[in-house]
Amino acid sequence: MKVLVGVKRVIDYNVKVRVKSDNTDVDLSNTKMAINPFCEIAVEEAIRLKEAGVATEVIAVSVGTSASQEQLRTAMALGADRAILVESEDGAEPLNVAKAFAKIMEQEEVGLVILGKQSIDSDNNQVGQMLAALTKRPQGTFASKVAVDGNSVSVTREIDGGLRTVKLELPAIVTTDLRLNEPRFAKLPDIMKAKRKPLETKTFADLGVEAKQHIQLDKVEAPAARQGGVKVGSVDELIQKLKDEAKVI
Amino acid sequence: MSYQAPYKDMQWLVEQAYQTQQLGNLESLQDFDLDLANAIIDEANKFASGVLAPLNMVGDEEGCKFSDGQVTTPTGWKDAYAQFRDSGWIGLALPEEFGGQGLPKYIAQPVNEMWLSSNLAFVMFAALAQGGSEILLKFASDELKARYLTQIVTGEWTVAMALTEPNAGSDLGALTTKAIPQADGTYQIKGQKIYITYGEHDMADNIVHLVLARTPDAPAGSRGISLFAVPKYRVNEDGSCGEFNDIRCTGIEHKTGLHGSPTCSISYGDNDACVGELIGNLNQGLMAMFVLMNEARLSCGMQGVGLSELALQKALQYSKERVQGAGADGQRVAIIEHPDVKRMLLNLRSESFALRSLGYQIAALIDVTEQSDDEAAVKAAEKRIALLTPIFKGFATEQANELAGDAIQVYGGMGFVEETGIAQVMRDARITTIYEGTTGVQSKDLVHRKIRMDQGQAISELLAAMRVDIAQAPENVVNKRLSAAVDQLAQVLDTTVLSPNADLAQLDAVAVPFLNAMGGICCAWQLARLALKAQESKAQDEEFFGNVEALAEFYSAYKLPLAQAALTTVTQEQNGVDAYQF
Ligand SMILES: Cc1cc2nc3c(=O)[nH]c(=O)nc-3n(C[C@H](O)[C@H](O)[C@H](O)COP(=O)(O)OP(=O)(O)OC[C@H]3O[C@@H](n4cnc5c(N)ncnc54)[C@H](O)[C@@H]3O)c2cc1C
Repeated sequence: MKVLVGVKRVIDYNVKVRVKSDNTDVDLSNTKMAINPFCEIAVEEAIRLKEAGVATEVIAVSVGTSASQEQLRTAMALGADRAILVESEDGAEPLNVAKAFAKIMEQEEVGLVILGKQSIDSDNNQVGQMLAALTKRPQGTFASKVAVDGNSVSVTREIDGGLRTVKLELPAIVTTDLRLNEPRFAKLPDIMKAKRKPLETKTFADLGVEAKQHIQLDKVEAPAARQGGVKVGSVDELIQKLKDEAKVI
Repeated sequence: MSYQAPYKDMQWLVEQAYQTQQLGNLESLQDFDLDLANAIIDEANKFASGVLAPLNMVGDEEGCKFSDGQVTTPTGWKDAYAQFRDSGWIGLALPEEFGGQGLPKYIAQPVNEMWLSSNLAFVMFAALAQGGSEILLKFASDELKARYLTQIVTGEWTVAMALTEPNAGSDLGALTTKAIPQADGTYQIKGQKIYITYGEHDMADNIVHLVLARTPDAPAGSRGISLFAVPKYRVNEDGSCGEFNDIRCTGIEHKTGLHGSPTCSISYGDNDACVGELIGNLNQGLMAMFVLMNEARLSCGMQGVGLSELALQKALQYSKERVQGAGADGQRVAIIEHPDVKRMLLNLRSESFALRSLGYQIAALIDVTEQSDDEAAVKAAEKRIALLTPIFKGFATEQANELAGDAIQVYGGMGFVEETGIAQVMRDARITTIYEGTTGVQSKDLVHRKIRMDQGQAISELLAAMRVDIAQAPENVVNKRLSAAVDQLAQVLDTTVLSPNADLAQLDAVAVPFLNAMGGICCAWQLARLALKAQESKAQDEEFFGNVEALAEFYSAYKLPLAQAALTTVTQEQNGVDAYQF
């Protein structure tokens, strides 16, 4: 069974995010970029499936600029067998990404797709769900446990107030939550080998996908600076402040 | 937050070193380009910050334990070692033939820096493996290579360097450990060594001791020392560990710093059953060791860089959190707003940045010597490295001590309290000016071997290179100040250091100030060059490159004058050293 994993290039979570001075976007020039942490968990899960003899091949796919090759190489250093970059200057909107994945899923006859539940840059939490809808395949989102059994996969999902386990017929789409696994560190020899693993570059057009712009980014603002706290004299005062000032109750 | 690699600095300075030494032209390095360097730096950072850094304070607090000849490393050490070994990091820059990755030094250097910053005490085995392997590669017989190299390069076994004895520290010529020839061509080793790093531990199955010893009829002094491979467990025909080789750890030191790294007293051959094999030729042990020592000195200089970086990161974070005093507008401020605190942080920042640059340039020069076919280039690089080695080792480690002190000063009283972790940096840094040759030893190496015996060739070439860079740069304060310092240095060389009539005892008395002056001028030079590059790239990243220019300015204003003052000291004839009677 082939497993497809999504790999998105995002700002490194250790880096302090800065907004461009004209508020048009986040300033990404010369910032350290990394694999989206949820995607890293997806890669780890796929590799574990391969190590367990369940997956035969792990293909890492990224939709993004040519710089995303770096993250695909990282995925291959971790253990993905090959990679596909769908090169696009801007079209990493969820629906376009989902369409690209749908095509690749079909072309590669994939048994299981593992994606991060969301990326830490745009926090959309959409691609997995859209991909399921487009391909009419079952989905198990926010996975904290994945067990493939023959023609199906059991996915334990983290939901409000507990866990829900669903059994999905393959091919299926799984999106990862934080507790699914703890990604490994790449080994040095594998980083070297990753340089020689195949990385194919395609365009939306090659895949027969028409990338459309559905979202327009109007403005990006830094969150308001945190205000200093105040000491309240009593519980009553606290309740009153929560009602009148914070307007949260 | 614990240590995070200064990724951007590393990436940019690696690129600068790569370009300055034109490594892109070297055929054998085609597969090892900057993209690979960046990928490796990235992954090494994950390991350094994720695995090694969290253990740094654990090691300091727990230390190693000794009981009944056994050394127990701190909690987590063993697992971290297994992970380090299995990830292939030990063989980073060692040949693929023996299970290494054969990476060039210019990529290995930033990786090593991360290990040294995140947990110096732990990672000392890595430099021992690197140095030990290089000795075996250069000097050992094929048989010895086959027996030991793969095991060392893959980290199955570790290496200990056994030089020092109670009466032989800086002066290794005084050592007395015996090597008695046996009929089968092996030697029986007998003697006591002290201060042997990782001479005994619980992280690997076998320890290969590289021991300096004397054969019975060897000439006295340093010409009568030979080098032996002496494993803790003898090695069977099939390569497995066999009989115990009569090597006992008799104790470990209770130290100021580096608590997590065992510093062992070792007794060889108490029961006349310690077998060693000669590495290279008889009586040429010190020569072999010197090959290693040069690398070890450079790596020790990087320890200075790594610890300075760690001190900077901690102090910077604290200075943004600690609110004390008021700014001009009367508002209470974080202490980083006070110019004097900023000055201390810039001491740390400018010096660690400049020394990192110097360290990376030296690594790239080593790549030239190892990979280039151009004989003249190789010769020039060798000379430059030989000259810079004592400067880098001595100055970077002396600075690390001073800078760790500055970092503590930034913390105020909390810096003197152990729980913040900044005092550990100072305590760990303290040894770096002592082992691998004290600063005093480095300074004499610099003045006598590297300058006077060379008749000033290498140093005039270095000065010429500085002047070319100054001439190509725009006229600004940084270059003006540097130019004046270089002129002063040239004069001091003429009148004092290279003078045929120099009083040698007098020169020894000012050798360390001279080394410090060289260090400061080399760093100011690095920053001046970098500022020029930064100016060219400014449009790409105003803040980063603007800051590089500011660092060069800061250094030329605050630190370079210290180098010039040291030069003045070098030329003062009446300095009281000779006159005073203790
Ligand atoms: C934590 C730690 C780890 C170590 N690891 C190892 C190891 O793995 N293997 C190993 O073999 N050794 C190791 N050493 C030993 C270390 O290399 C020596 O301590 C060092 O070489 C200095 O020798 P010494 O201590 O005898 O000092 P000394 O040589 O007694 O020096 C004392 C002082 O005298 C000065 N001095 C001595 N001779 C001269 C001279 N000719 N000219 C000018 N000044 C001079 C020195 O600069 C110094 O200031 C380690 C030491 C420590 C503390």
